Amino acid sequence: MIPAAFEYSRASSVDEASKLLGKYGEDAKVLAGGHSLIPLMRLRLAQPTALVDINGIKDLDHIKESGGKLHVGALARHVSIQNSAVVQEKLPLLAEVAGEVGDNQVRNMGTMGGVIAHADAAGDYPTLALILDADIVTNQRTIKANDFFKDLFTTALGPDEIVTEVVFPVADGPHKYVKFRRRLFDWAIVGVAAQKMNGGWRVGLTNVGPTPVRATAVEEALHKGAKPEEAAEHASDGLDPAGDLRASPEYKKHLARVLTKRAIQQAEGQ
Amino acid sequence: MKLKVATTVNGRKHEHEVEPRLLLVHHLRDNLGLTGTHVGCDTSQCGACTILVDGQAVKSCTMFAVQAEGRNLTTIEGMAKDGELHPIQQAFWDEHGLQCGYCTPGFIMAAAYLLSTNPNPTDDEIRKGLEGNLCRCTGYVNIVKAVKSAAQTMSSAPAKKTTVTAAGGN
Repeated sequence: MIPAAFEYSRASSVDEASKLLGKYGEDAKVLAGGHSLIPLMRLRLAQPTALVDINGIKDLDHIKESGGKLHVGALARHVSIQNSAVVQEKLPLLAEVAGEVGDNQVRNMGTMGGVIAHADAAGDYPTLALILDADIVTNQRTIKANDFFKDLFTTALGPDEIVTEVVFPVADGPHKYVKFRRRLFDWAIVGVAAQKMNGGWRVGLTNVGPTPVRATAVEEALHKGAKPEEAAEHASDGLDPAGDLRASPEYKKHLARVLTKRAIQQAEGQ
Repeated sequence: MKLKVATTVNGRKHEHEVEPRLLLVHHLRDNLGLTGTHVGCDTSQCGACTILVDGQAVKSCTMFAVQAEGRNLTTIEGMAKDGELHPIQQAFWDEHGLQCGYCTPGFIMAAAYLLSTNPNPTDDEIRKGLEGNLCRCTGYVNIVKAVKSAAQTMSSAPAKKTTVTAAGGN
């Protein structure tokens, strides 16, 4: 399948990329790893009039700890995040999740910034960003993850705004990401992230709504001393997931509860 | 508007003018005549189009040819040297790691990447390492055997190992 024609430019700096996006208008897209965008273009579900390739921008693929926070550059590839000693030590949940994105070939290309900006409901990093209160830094401002994901494939980003890095807190306590799917490389049918930090639990759900969902009822139940299996019963509170080819809404709600129990139990078992 | 794309493929330099929307796999097959890289699912899942880009396994159906500007590519045609099959190719032959053969080039390139990062993988690591490749003849058992056998051959013969490193674009 052949994508529709588009204009292609390479940006060598974030400023240049932003200017190019401004020039081409709102039908332009940023090309980072391309592993969500190019499949959509081949199916012509996306037909951008122009692509601004940011892969040549230097210093956008950093992964470093600074000021007690973990800074992950927009162009950091999943494979680099997965294998990063800093991530494994400072936020092992992120390394675990990175290793579960797609497959080897996808992880060699796909990027942190791409996943965040694309905002697929089944994306894994957005759930982490949400429950960890990550900062999403752009060329114009810093946006709290809670304010960033607006709707399905819809974010707070303006037309000429580019994600430059995501800043996570450091957390090395008990954690687990349970990603339920039919085949190893598939998107999550439902995913659950659990991280213990600052004495409390953070629990989030992937692909049970248009945006990632923080399971606050589960967190509160755990805080009040509920056992994981009791707290997990609240994982589907207030959920109204869309059914898709792989799962009905009822099944997704069932998975939310079962996987939440598993995530917390497996995290505690570490 | 066409753009210039200059690549090194299997050690040979090429320069073409291409439309930006041309996928790398079509560039390899149609412009360079390297038809060993197959188009399978066309949806970034099956891995039949896997090649090495600067030593890293990539699905060439999910990259535009213009993105390969200045890059060093290795396709299945670059694996055999001087008329002798690469140890991974030989192992697929010896262990019957294929039936129809359509997925095989992709599996061999994915295996070459896997062994470049993990020269002595366990069966589980091989299966995880090949998660991005599908075989519809259900030949996975023999594919895993072939990769394991290739790993042994390559680690016992250092000269062969450098072949893979070279194929990896260093």
